[in-house]
Amino acid sequence: MGMRKVAIVGAGITKFVRRAQETGKELSWQASKMALDSCGLTLDDVEAVTLGTAPDAFDGVHMKGEYLADGAGAFRKPYMRHYVGGGTGVFSPIHGWFHVASGLADIVLVVAEEKMSSCHPHPQGAFLTIFDHTTEQPLKPTLIWIFALEMNRYMSTYGITKADIARVSVKNKGNALDHPSAQVAEKITVEDVLNSETLCWPVNRLDISPASDGAAAVVLASERVARRLTDKPVWIDGVGFSIDTAYWATRDLSYPRYVETAARMAYDMAGIKEPHKEIHVAEPYDPFDYKELHHMEGLMLCPRGEAARLTAEGYTARDGNLPICPSGGALGVGNPIAATGLMKIIEIFLQLRGEAGKRQVPGRPRCGLAQAWGDLMQMGTVVVMRI
Amino acid sequence: MVKRVAIVGIGTTGFRPVTPDVSFRELIFEAARKAYSDAGIEPSEIGGFVTAAEDFLEGYSIADEYCPDQIGAVLKPTQTIPGDFLHALATGYMMIMTGAFKTVAIEAHSKASNVKTIDDMMGFALDPVYNRPLRETPHAIAGLEMTRYMFETCTSSEQCAKVVVKNRGNAMRNPYAAFAAELTEKDVLGSEPVSLPLHRLDIAQHADGAVVAVLADDQTAQALGGTPIWIDGIGWCTDTPTLEMRDWGEAAYARIAAEMAYRMAGIANPRGLVDFAEICDEYSYKELQHMEALKFCNRGEAADMLESGATSLQGELPVNISGGALGVGHLFEASGAHKILELVEQLRGHAGARQIPDVNIGLAQVWRGVPTATGAVAILSNM
Amino acid sequence: MKLEDYELGGTHLRSSDFEKGKVLTTAWQPNLAYAWDNGVAIGRYLAELKEGRIVARVCHSCNRIMIPPRMFCELCFKPTDEWRYVKDTGTVNTFSVAHVNWDASRRGPKEPPLIPAVIEIDGASPGMGILHMLGGVSPNGITVGMRVEAVWKKPGERTGAITDILYFKPIRAAAAKSPRAAGKAKAGRKPAATRARSKR
Repeated sequence: MGMRKVAIVGAGITKFVRRAQETGKELSWQASKMALDSCGLTLDDVEAVTLGTAPDAFDGVHMKGEYLADGAGAFRKPYMRHYVGGGTGVFSPIHGWFHVASGLADIVLVVAEEKMSSCHPHPQGAFLTIFDHTTEQPLKPTLIWIFALEMNRYMSTYGITKADIARVSVKNKGNALDHPSAQVAEKITVEDVLNSETLCWPVNRLDISPASDGAAAVVLASERVARRLTDKPVWIDGVGFSIDTAYWATRDLSYPRYVETAARMAYDMAGIKEPHKEIHVAEPYDPFDYKELHHMEGLMLCPRGEAARLTAEGYTARDGNLPICPSGGALGVGNPIAATGLMKIIEIFLQLRGEAGKRQVPGRPRCGLAQAWGDLMQMGTVVVMRI
Repeated sequence: MVKRVAIVGIGTTGFRPVTPDVSFRELIFEAARKAYSDAGIEPSEIGGFVTAAEDFLEGYSIADEYCPDQIGAVLKPTQTIPGDFLHALATGYMMIMTGAFKTVAIEAHSKASNVKTIDDMMGFALDPVYNRPLRETPHAIAGLEMTRYMFETCTSSEQCAKVVVKNRGNAMRNPYAAFAAELTEKDVLGSEPVSLPLHRLDIAQHADGAVVAVLADDQTAQALGGTPIWIDGIGWCTDTPTLEMRDWGEAAYARIAAEMAYRMAGIANPRGLVDFAEICDEYSYKELQHMEALKFCNRGEAADMLESGATSLQGELPVNISGGALGVGHLFEASGAHKILELVEQLRGHAGARQIPDVNIGLAQVWRGVPTATGAVAILSNM
Repeated sequence: MKLEDYELGGTHLRSSDFEKGKVLTTAWQPNLAYAWDNGVAIGRYLAELKEGRIVARVCHSCNRIMIPPRMFCELCFKPTDEWRYVKDTGTVNTFSVAHVNWDASRRGPKEPPLIPAVIEIDGASPGMGILHMLGGVSPNGITVGMRVEAVWKKPGERTGAITDILYFKPIRAAAAKSPRAAGKAKAGRKPAATRARSKR
């Protein structure tokens, strides 16, 4: 295809914390500044800015993309916010990719921000209004219901136990011990997860990622510019995104078909035929532990219903055959929604460059993938990267 | 290689102050079905979708969830831009220019009548620390800007009122418009003061409605037949959101967005080359301020241009012949959509009683409203 | 670049920082009110609920009987064709036992847990479920694939809302023979769910 090649050339991130002193603007600035510094650019070099951030109800500002604009470095520049719910963070570089691959810009700053702590008494309250206002909200649902319902269906369909699923939480929280941004890294056991408070059975507290504040940013460049800026550009070789119907209760809850369609789009673009062999390291979205398994299956990295077994066998550990979430994921590093997705992109960027420090997976990975998911369990976003 | 992107189909419900008979889904479905039929394409053949929506305008957190069903986007590459329809159009334009998509549908709508506290919601967009505690009406920000604009350009309230008279009068010839009226300057100046120098009739009223457009690359557009309307230029820009840093007299966001679009379209002399324009007039003075930012005239000359009749249907550069936001209604994120609709109808020669003769190049411009300093510009042609 | 080489932003505050007044905050209660137009499909759906009936819409192209009803078929992208009453009984597709309220506050010791479920409604196409609550049953007695029926508010108390159905309760004994989901799900589910649930 005559598409322009697009590379990630720089990255920046803040710590993920339960409640940051910085405003959303300031967090955005910290991540953006670090991303530009990391590749020796200044704001003057940036031709366009795109920002990913999830519900306005978190930050408590209507049109929060507008509010965050100056923090994200958008002053008097072409600037747009993109938004696909929880899938936003991995969609961010896709929206940036449109800018560069289309020929409209050579250098684009991609920023993702979330400040969930502004929402009181708890950011979960903001999630009531994700449900249909007429047919569902009167039942006073919480976001956790929808995950609990999906997790139960997944467990029932494949005969998977809570303990099988808890291993994901154990692995990711452990991996996060080596991530400098991590909020809830700890060494825990499967028993700890099973004994933690039951919120909405089958979901316990340690099955869930925390609410967080944080920001992340990457710099994208066209091929010509990227080769001048770095000798290790990481190429965005495939992008995919897909949304399923909003009538979520009418879907097969045991399988994320929207992830599969998004993955197929990205794999086609990247020329990947056998994902489980060609992908060397992956960062699927893990806001809940079962979601990592669900997503591995949707990404066709393993057969349906097999992800739990592979996890138990250590296949997905950092030194396993297919390392999954070596960063520590949302469960360990924290989950400032949009920023989490971009954190995953940054992890793959560093892993492929061999710059992931103690988190580095062995075997010089050449091809990696990040994925996020969002909305009413209906949006899949996938980015395939190669060095 | 994709060389150009065209609008190959467009559909709308028209615009009304209230739409109690249909849900937002049913409203959008009507526009989408018309757009796909206009383009001669099935939704299953469309490669990607972009919708424009903001959470608090919809009353949903993650309003994006509810976008796919009514536009035929189930299990398709679909995204939401919390921005104007023109921002979504720019995204669709880029998607096609990458070569990865042959066709993209763009959707925006307004169910403004369902939001019962619009002013409070607008105020909720203000900086929570510096501005909100002052508890001003959000229209006061427009009042501040109007004062400074009138001061810098020696424009009078009477001249601003003439914008309202022109645009609501133009809407009399537009069957889609919600607020057509024959008014006088006296009516405008005699309406209640909101935040002086702004009067009630200087401010566009909200309307409901939906618009869907279908974009295609050059090859697909030619193959579909019909009259493709080409996107020759597109630009968007955000000035500072911080009120304390703002240039209150000039609409810099519109000037910079226009420069980007003109550069892309190869237009050095807008006044000579642009045949007609649909520009943001959410407040009366905004039409004048934006004309200057778009370089239709020098600074301070917009009111003269208006009074000379140059921006009327018969003038050399007709502006807001649809009736603009003042006449059609303020459509939230669909504001840019009704402008693109008008451009397409005019450029196809389908604008009926309000058809401007011999038009080839039209310009659409939007601003995202108080308190933003964000806008976008699109230049369309039928050649 | 290595993350470890940078001083990362993001300064963590503790609750005590607020309590001791080390950090000042600004609070705002937004005044947001909406009145949504139900439109044709959901308008009729609610009106029928008030009468104690559940109504669906049928698409003649794909032959789906859809609930909640909609005036267009999102897959065929055509207007749907007719109204069809469906039953007020169904099958539990999945369920949860919730100990937290919508705002993340915990339910008190005297408050029973809430049991949300996706219920596939009899008479609608297979897999067509709605979100609702289960009641009249102990949390330990629920299984995926269980048959349930609606418990309605009294006619005079109904308002034309989804809450006109109070909850769904198990259909006792005889009705156990039925749907596709039951057999399949039961086999897969037992070891998983029972074991974990007994832990609670």
